[in-house]
Amino acid sequence: MLLAIDFALLLEKLILVVVVVFASLGIAMYTTFAERKVAAILQDRRGPNRAGPFGLLQPLADGMKLFFKEEIIPNFSSKFLFVMGPALAMLTACMTSAVIPWGDKIDFFGRTVDLQIADVNIGILYVFGVVSLGVYGIMIGSWASNNKFSLMGGLRAASQIISYELAMGISLIALLMITGTLSLKEMVVQQQHGYWNVVLQPLGFLIFLICSFAECNRTPFDLPEAENELIGGYHTEYSSMKLGFYLFSEYINMFISSVIMATLFFGGYDIPFFDESVLAPNLAAILGIVALMTKVIAFIFLFMWVRWTIPRFRYDQLMHLGWRILIPLALFNMLATGGVILYFNK
Amino acid sequence: MQALTNKAKQVDRAPMSFIEKMYLPAIIKGMSITFSHIFKKKPTINYPEKTRPFSPVFRGMQILNRDAEGRENCTACGLCAVACPAEAITMEAAERQIGEENLYREEKYAAKYEINMLRCIFCGLCEEACPKDAIYLSETFTPADYQRKQFIYSKNDLLIPHPIENPEAYKNALGNRANKTTVN
Repeated sequence: MLLAIDFALLLEKLILVVVVVFASLGIAMYTTFAERKVAAILQDRRGPNRAGPFGLLQPLADGMKLFFKEEIIPNFSSKFLFVMGPALAMLTACMTSAVIPWGDKIDFFGRTVDLQIADVNIGILYVFGVVSLGVYGIMIGSWASNNKFSLMGGLRAASQIISYELAMGISLIALLMITGTLSLKEMVVQQQHGYWNVVLQPLGFLIFLICSFAECNRTPFDLPEAENELIGGYHTEYSSMKLGFYLFSEYINMFISSVIMATLFFGGYDIPFFDESVLAPNLAAILGIVALMTKVIAFIFLFMWVRWTIPRFRYDQLMHLGWRILIPLALFNMLATGGVILYFNK
Repeated sequence: MQALTNKAKQVDRAPMSFIEKMYLPAIIKGMSITFSHIFKKKPTINYPEKTRPFSPVFRGMQILNRDAEGRENCTACGLCAVACPAEAITMEAAERQIGEENLYREEKYAAKYEINMLRCIFCGLCEEACPKDAIYLSETFTPADYQRKQFIYSKNDLLIPHPIENPEAYKNALGNRANKTTVN
């Protein structure tokens, strides 16, 4: 009985995991390139265009450079934790993608393959849990560096993420009251048949968007690594691929939170104003993946666009925005949503 | 106090209105400004592939000229060295032997001709002083180097390629600037 495991399922999931992890790594790689290119274009520059055609090999060159850099572990650092920091950051960044529905079912030689690694019924809670773990990578790394600038960066990251996670969670509750489910897959199915959640929850989406900027440590909330005040924040003492892991996990986080926002509020793999059921299931699934990726790319562009437009907040402004504006607003949104639901269901 | 220009603006210290306090309209305005920059023309020139056109009076690296048959023009008269305000030019003269008529145009030539490119200020006075159209400033830069002593350019570095044996390189080195030095 113990051996009656569906090995085909195991293999299918294994392949899916490998594909998703490598795809998110590859996308994160090219996001670094896109970041530089978008920054350049918004500033009337040309950006990296030397490595390969249109500079497309630039991320490879950057990665190679990081690998060949000298690996420095400071003498006074706590060595085990110093290595664990970036590893944890990278691990949690990669783990979040497990519950995301990338597309509808695909028919693969008579076998229906779900394009989701695990349809957990607590889907979005899992994402929140893992994302909150992510801050440990930063905190451990900053503490282990034994450097006051690193520690300051770590402190800022921790308090910032705690502050904004509250508002994010409350704005999400309002969404959950509408959907009535925590499973991301079901949310997408609901949005395929009804409206996109952004129509029903515009304020909730706005709060969620602002909070996810803060969670990803992106400008205007990039205080943990504020270059001009904290040198490099939590990764001041890091070099070589450990630094690379930190930078990389940040871009993976950006990708994942774009996917989450697209799934929660913009219908995931739903193609707008189009009924997928008229197509062949495989074609519909592939078009769905394309639709999801288009939304994700739009979100990633938004992240970059904001980064090169809005300057960084001061620390007290950040806390003011988090605690005294976003949380009351999220609470109001939650109560209003609850009231409206109650009124119409009576 | 009277303002020096008419550009001075009174600082508005009125408390922010509700719309302003929301910041969102201002953020959207800012983002539309950055977005509009996507469609602006980029002023950067892709340097090694494209170069900025030089003005006709651009003065670059010196070149020792040859005549149409490929003979060196320089007679080592020393006028360029005298004219040089930076004292960058040194030369040694030698007499042309029989059988060397295809190498040097006149009976005297420069056996050694050196310009210290670290001293040169690219004023172009050597070009103006030369009675034989033998030296002028081209349109190329002095290339970078690793050692100071390599910036003392000898005759090998300065001499223009042979116009008959290597006409293309000759034309390149000549540039547009040669066209105007036909007065002498």
